[in-house]
Amino acid sequence: MIVPIIFLIICIAGSFFTGLPFSFLFDEMVIRLARNLILVTSLILPVITGLGLNFAITLGAMAGQIALIIITNYSIGGTTGFFLSILISTPFAILFGYLVGRVLNKAKGKEMITSMVLGFFANGIYQFVFLLLCGTLIPVKNESLLLSNGVGIINTIDLANIKYALDRLIPVTKYPIATLLVSLLVFLFLHFFLKTKLGQDMRAVGHDMEIARVSGINVDKTRIISVIISTVLAAWGQIIFLQNIGTINTYGSHEQVGLFAVASLLVGGATVERASWKEALIGTFLFHLLFVISPLAGQNLLGNAQIGEYFRVFVAYGVIGLSLVLHAWEKNKARTRLREIKE
Amino acid sequence: MDLLQIKDISKSYEENRVLKNVSLSIKEGEIHGLVGENGAGKSTLMNILFGMPVIHSTGGYEGEMLIDGKPYKPTTPEDAMAAGIGMVHQEFMLIPGFTITENIKLNREKTLPTFLSKIFGNRLEKLDTEAMAKDAREALKKLDMDIDEYVPVAGLPVGHMQFIEIAREIDKSKLRLLILDEPTAVLTESEADKFLEVIKKLSQMGIAILFISHRLDEIKQITDSITVLRDGEVVANVKTDEIDVKEIARLMVGRKVELSKKEDEDRGIKDENILEIKDLRVNMPGEEVKGLSLTVKKGEILGIGGLAGQGKLGIANGIMGLYETSGSIVKDGKELHLNNPREALKSSIAFLSEDRRGVGLLLDDSIEFNIAFSSLEIQDNFLKQVGPLKLIDKKKVREHANRMIEELDIRCTGPKQRARALSGGNQQKVCIARALSLNPDLLLVSEPTRGIDIGAKKLVLDTLVKLNRERGVTVIITSSELGELRQVSDRIAIIYDGKVAGILPPDASDEEFGLLMAGEDLKKVVN
Amino acid sequence: MKDFINRIGLPRFIIIIFLIFLMALAIYLNIPLSDVITDILVRFGMNAILVLAMVPGIQAGIGMNFNLPLGIICGLIGALISIEFKLSGFTGLFVSILIALPLAAIGGYLYGKMLNSVKGQEMTVGNYVGYSIVSFMCIFWLLAPFKSPELIWAYGGNGLRVTVSLESSTSHVLNNFLAFKIGKVTVPTGLLLFFAIFAFLVWIYSQSNKGLSMIVAGSNAKFALSNGIDVDKQRIKGTVFSTVLAAIGIIVYSQSFGFLQLYNAPLYSAMPAAAAILIGGASLKRATIVHVLIGTILFQSLLVVALPVINVIAEGTMSEVIRVIVSNGIILYALTREGGSAA
Repeated sequence: MIVPIIFLIICIAGSFFTGLPFSFLFDEMVIRLARNLILVTSLILPVITGLGLNFAITLGAMAGQIALIIITNYSIGGTTGFFLSILISTPFAILFGYLVGRVLNKAKGKEMITSMVLGFFANGIYQFVFLLLCGTLIPVKNESLLLSNGVGIINTIDLANIKYALDRLIPVTKYPIATLLVSLLVFLFLHFFLKTKLGQDMRAVGHDMEIARVSGINVDKTRIISVIISTVLAAWGQIIFLQNIGTINTYGSHEQVGLFAVASLLVGGATVERASWKEALIGTFLFHLLFVISPLAGQNLLGNAQIGEYFRVFVAYGVIGLSLVLHAWEKNKARTRLREIKE
Repeated sequence: MDLLQIKDISKSYEENRVLKNVSLSIKEGEIHGLVGENGAGKSTLMNILFGMPVIHSTGGYEGEMLIDGKPYKPTTPEDAMAAGIGMVHQEFMLIPGFTITENIKLNREKTLPTFLSKIFGNRLEKLDTEAMAKDAREALKKLDMDIDEYVPVAGLPVGHMQFIEIAREIDKSKLRLLILDEPTAVLTESEADKFLEVIKKLSQMGIAILFISHRLDEIKQITDSITVLRDGEVVANVKTDEIDVKEIARLMVGRKVELSKKEDEDRGIKDENILEIKDLRVNMPGEEVKGLSLTVKKGEILGIGGLAGQGKLGIANGIMGLYETSGSIVKDGKELHLNNPREALKSSIAFLSEDRRGVGLLLDDSIEFNIAFSSLEIQDNFLKQVGPLKLIDKKKVREHANRMIEELDIRCTGPKQRARALSGGNQQKVCIARALSLNPDLLLVSEPTRGIDIGAKKLVLDTLVKLNRERGVTVIITSSELGELRQVSDRIAIIYDGKVAGILPPDASDEEFGLLMAGEDLKKVVN
Repeated sequence: MKDFINRIGLPRFIIIIFLIFLMALAIYLNIPLSDVITDILVRFGMNAILVLAMVPGIQAGIGMNFNLPLGIICGLIGALISIEFKLSGFTGLFVSILIALPLAAIGGYLYGKMLNSVKGQEMTVGNYVGYSIVSFMCIFWLLAPFKSPELIWAYGGNGLRVTVSLESSTSHVLNNFLAFKIGKVTVPTGLLLFFAIFAFLVWIYSQSNKGLSMIVAGSNAKFALSNGIDVDKQRIKGTVFSTVLAAIGIIVYSQSFGFLQLYNAPLYSAMPAAAAILIGGASLKRATIVHVLIGTILFQSLLVVALPVINVIAEGTMSEVIRVIVSNGIILYALTREGGSAA
């Protein structure tokens, strides 16, 4: 519990220096929670299944973006467009999740670094498809999506058509009620899921693969399912994130998804082996509060807003680095701790 | 009719025949003891019975098994479970972070259908925690266990964990045969007593028990009949009340080798101690040494025997400083620095590890490098001075390797061949060559013939004897195979519970060896 | 044919085929080969020491040193200080190296200590520790008390420039040293010689008793222990050498490139180096100079040849995309192979 408390103190001290009114911070935090919670939640199952932090949710984010580009291509907008993109993203996410799961099963014991490199690798393929194949092999109907020479998708896609499609689905108050409700549903689903047979199997696999295998649980398949669910949630999460932002940075929006989601979860007090909805909620809140206040705090404290910006990136990487060090250190300690010689 | 019949089961791992025409049968509710030395084939038999994948990935087995007179051919542990066979392994198969209930019901959880399970299949059924807890409670009650089933397993005493394992087995709906592999090894005396009572109770409930143990008095006390395995063969199959502990011990050890070596040569063993070990404690997991004292005479071959887990392997590893060690070791009158492998090597002690491929060899390096490295590292041999640097002298390494390959008859394509490509026997010879390159006066050898085929075994042992006779190297040979110890050693120390149980001459009787290994007090039993 | 592929390894086979294909295409498109070869020589020389930095790490058993940014930052500090004192030419170069050396040695030592407590997770941990250091240094670059107008923004901004030109200091000092022309191909003699010196040092060390102790500790820790080798010390040694080589590597790289790249530039610097040595045939446990030579030549040739070819037939960024796919693909391949147990 020490990590979230430290962050809470930093945030409280920082927000004091920003001089931002509470109401502004509150509104900002509600919006940020709504648009980030599902992405962070998507990390929980792989942690429980013993795969560690799934940096490859980048692939889920890609699936979401693919769906959004498709609906933009056919100029389908509004609520229909939103739900259609959710629908389209799902098969992509299932396929990607399956592939990620297969790869991670071949890299047991080093899933985290593998999932990270896998994210980079997939990003290369993604760029290849959207820069070279779109407009040449893959026909694009909506020409405004293409770069001036007719090959490749433009860098920034305007999502005006589905902006706030979910956020304002239930138009009471200025807050994104529907999005928060969906996040709540995902939490409830997760809660329910962990009480099913499959959820129990995932916990068993996460605790001890060998015992799970001997007990007759199909370890590899369980791990793959866990990654698939994670990837699908990430795809949906990315769509919800982008409908709030309103534009896609075609070649950039997905890149930092893994980083920020993982950092959020860890800030909430999760570890490589333990995570739940509580850590996701607390972590997302604290991490994004830090995100909002650090540039202003940097400006007011040190006269330089950039320091605050670099500081929050440092925090993201630092918290991941630190928690990985602590995790590996504890595991090592447990391994070498001397057993008492029994008389 | 017998519940389980095993008929003429044979099994080989490659060239190595580990079971030969083994037959036994067990009746309903019978407690059947299975005894034998390490390597007698007990585990292999259990693996066959339990349908472990390792059996089928190595070519299956010959012979047949019958349950209730019907053929039984398990290919997975699930088949065994379906046939009503349960097994409690030596290592606990419990998840520490799970509660007792969750462990007992692992992968056999009770579930209730849900809306989602109707769409996505029954893995999405909800756990019925209440029903699970009820089952767990019932199973525990059968074992007279009064413990809260919601407690996580982590932190429970070992004795409890053992009962939870058994509770899991009897919770399986139609458990008929329970295999217990060394169940009391980890228990305290009072726990063990209670445990044996429970076993009796289970047998009264009609569950047959196959009880594997090294504790002969336990076997004698609890079983109805006993099968003794030796070298993969059944040497006795008797009612328990027709045999006494001494006889079991004798049968278990047997006389495997002709003791033809006694040429009564003058061994010239001086009355001078090369090594004096006092109160040695070694923290080697699974092979702890717990306050052992032993002296070794210059020029002798000392055998160290005993069953697995009793600590015999810890001795050599402790002397070499590979595991945390305390106590006192005096080599040639000088106190040896403990926990310091370099010091041990510098004191002219060399070591052939029981883990040949892991500790003994650089599998992906050449034979010549393997042979030369220890001497290069410790004694700065095989180096040439170039400016400020000492570089490896490849010519010297090659010459030395060629000499060793010839002397020890290492079968290889040449000194550049990788150690990985060699057979077990030749790998062991490479290890011997590496140790010899250090010119040691004391050689510690652990399990020198493990995983080596029979022909090569003799060669390895002969090499060790030759070293002792021709170079005057004192040898401490640790082995699970009593036969080979008796073949080469001048004295044999049997280790039990981390201490020396007794030192016997190689021609002592089988009973004496057997009893010492089983931790029986020789005098008590004889009287 | 199958034997041949097995002997050189599938990834190398694919890359060589791809390279031959690109070469043929280059000739077909009338791209001047002399330029291509000149480029290959330069890019080989400027990257090879960074790739070489991977060798001691792998040899000592810490796997791929994904914390190359640590050494790189030490090198950058050395270069910055030498510019601050208005040093140029070879003086500038050697002073940069002299300043960087102790920094890298200390950094490497501390990092090596840390790696000893996270055995088995070196790569994952190293990667994020590297990221954390880079992002922390971003703040340092903003606040560092440098005064030279070469280094800081001319007006307005705070702290050091994002890229610092070496035009007036060390730019191309090695490249031009004893450079000569064969036909239209320029040979950067100094650059190649400089690499040769370090390659020789690493090679000769690996033949010495000290180097052999390190290599043995890396290839089988248990064997090393039973031969009286202090495995932890050897691992620290390898980490220090790797970090020092990275520091020198970036100084050499920068003089050839003509700029120092600060802020986020070192973030992904370990990936191409790791990829190159793996392409050369190294594994996570075994690496030699030959792997460095083959890997750097193949990898850089691929990038150099791909650039003009793709500029003719497709979008300019494709060369970058190929780099991403190839480098991450090969790392992924190494991670998912059996055997390379360290992560």
